Amino acid sequence: MSARLFRPFFMGLVGLVMAMPLLVLAGVSLNARKRLLFPPDGLSLRWYGELFSDAGWLNAVKNSLAIASLSGLAALSVALPLAWFLWRYRVRYARVLFGLGVAPFILPPVITALGFLSFWATVGMYGQFTAVVISHGIFFVTLPLVTISLGLESIEAEVVEAAETMGAREMAMFRTIVLPLVRPYIFSGYAFAFVLSLNEYIIAYMVAGFTVETLPIKIFNSLRYGYTPVMAVVAVLFVMLAMAVFGLLARFGDLPRLLGAWTPEDR
Amino acid sequence: MRRGRPAGPAGYIPAIWPALMLCVFFVIPFAIMAAISFFHRVEGGFYEPGFEFANYARFFTTFFARILGFSLFVSGLAAVVCVILGFPFTFMLTRLGRRRQVLWLVFLLSVLSLSEVIIGFSWSMLLSRTAGLSNLFVVAGLMDQPASWSPGFAALMMGLCYLAFPYTVLILYPPLSRLDPQLPEAARMLGASPLRTFFTVVVPAQRGAIVATLIMVFVFTLGAYLLPQLLGRPQHWTLSVMITDQAILQSNLPFSAAMAMFLMLVSLALVGLTYAIGGERREP
Repeated sequence: MSARLFRPFFMGLVGLVMAMPLLVLAGVSLNARKRLLFPPDGLSLRWYGELFSDAGWLNAVKNSLAIASLSGLAALSVALPLAWFLWRYRVRYARVLFGLGVAPFILPPVITALGFLSFWATVGMYGQFTAVVISHGIFFVTLPLVTISLGLESIEAEVVEAAETMGAREMAMFRTIVLPLVRPYIFSGYAFAFVLSLNEYIIAYMVAGFTVETLPIKIFNSLRYGYTPVMAVVAVLFVMLAMAVFGLLARFGDLPRLLGAWTPEDR
Repeated sequence: MRRGRPAGPAGYIPAIWPALMLCVFFVIPFAIMAAISFFHRVEGGFYEPGFEFANYARFFTTFFARILGFSLFVSGLAAVVCVILGFPFTFMLTRLGRRRQVLWLVFLLSVLSLSEVIIGFSWSMLLSRTAGLSNLFVVAGLMDQPASWSPGFAALMMGLCYLAFPYTVLILYPPLSRLDPQLPEAARMLGASPLRTFFTVVVPAQRGAIVATLIMVFVFTLGAYLLPQLLGRPQHWTLSVMITDQAILQSNLPFSAAMAMFLMLVSLALVGLTYAIGGERREP
């Protein structure tokens, strides 16, 4: 096979395999009957209706959305000042602090999860909603920390120097120069943390698996105790939400740059 | 824009909150976990302070040695498969036009954010006898009758590779997109075939990135917790499953903490290795 044909063939094949689970989920969620059969018989939106009328599933949706949005804020509250401080000053322990912020993401999550379990059990907050929010906030600090640091690196030195020469104070500089320039990176860091928190299982399970049911936990439980197509509905909605969030990021931001590519001007 | 130290103690105020949060909620939990791994387990689900190596000694039973060996083997295999497929894929991706690159990236990020439980669930369906892919093959005349491919080792590998593939691509994306386009072009001008260019110019230039990615993906798949339960049989359960199982269902926190500490040391050693490789590459 010539090289010209090989690229679309190979990329298309990979894309197809990557898309297959999504297609199956969509099929199951639209299947009219509860039993899974191939080929599917009949289309219906009844399982979508079921999701929104079942108190258990709705509660899980509510928990997941609340945890994701609050823990994203917690992650930002740590990442933004830390990224700024590390960018602004040359301090010796900077690498240590940055390493701490990145570590949760590099280690297998089960380890961090067990650390959180030991901690919350020791302080007596095991199983509480707040504990999940803080745990996710710390676990996902890496994402806004990395995106905001990227944004800060892109601020031109001349701008900051000019502001300094004209006597701007630290706080004024942060408000009028730094914040407007890194705002897109703050949003994208938050978006990454939000979407990943929605889908996170092991930490939520270890910290409060039996009291605060998030959607991934609810899906796993219902897989164990009998199958329902509502699971597929939830999965489809999650994928669509993720695509919408990342699509917006790509629409209003520079996604390749956020993911570490260099634009030609940087060379 | 990094220069100087903060002027006076007030300059350190912005760093207080992040440092405090990370210390209290990240360093202290690990310290507690490390301490618990040496504690003495009391039958019935509790533990008392102590200092003993009993929890670590349990690794050396054949049962846990086998689980550890199996965990390292599946993660290693998944990492190799992902990099073999992901490296040429990422290279092709970075040569696409910007618009199509962005579309792929949105798609890959969406797949990457899929929860393990959703991946496990959809693959167990795709590999099932009643509603799976084998039905398609029967319709196409490739197979005589539908087969059940899950649970099993192949299903677990499929799931792990699916989980780790987008991650692999996103790790390889920065180094490959920064690869000087003139390098492969020069090789092509000198008459090398695309395949030859790829293997003699692109791959050697990215050796460091390839090794670093292998290790990162290896550590990433080591953390898979739900896939071994959803797509594998009990003999395919990995260290991650055992850690959670011991902590939550067997209420043996000291032993599970000891296993987690061990897994952490292995991961840290491997991550340290990637930094060492990265540092070596940066030197001229």
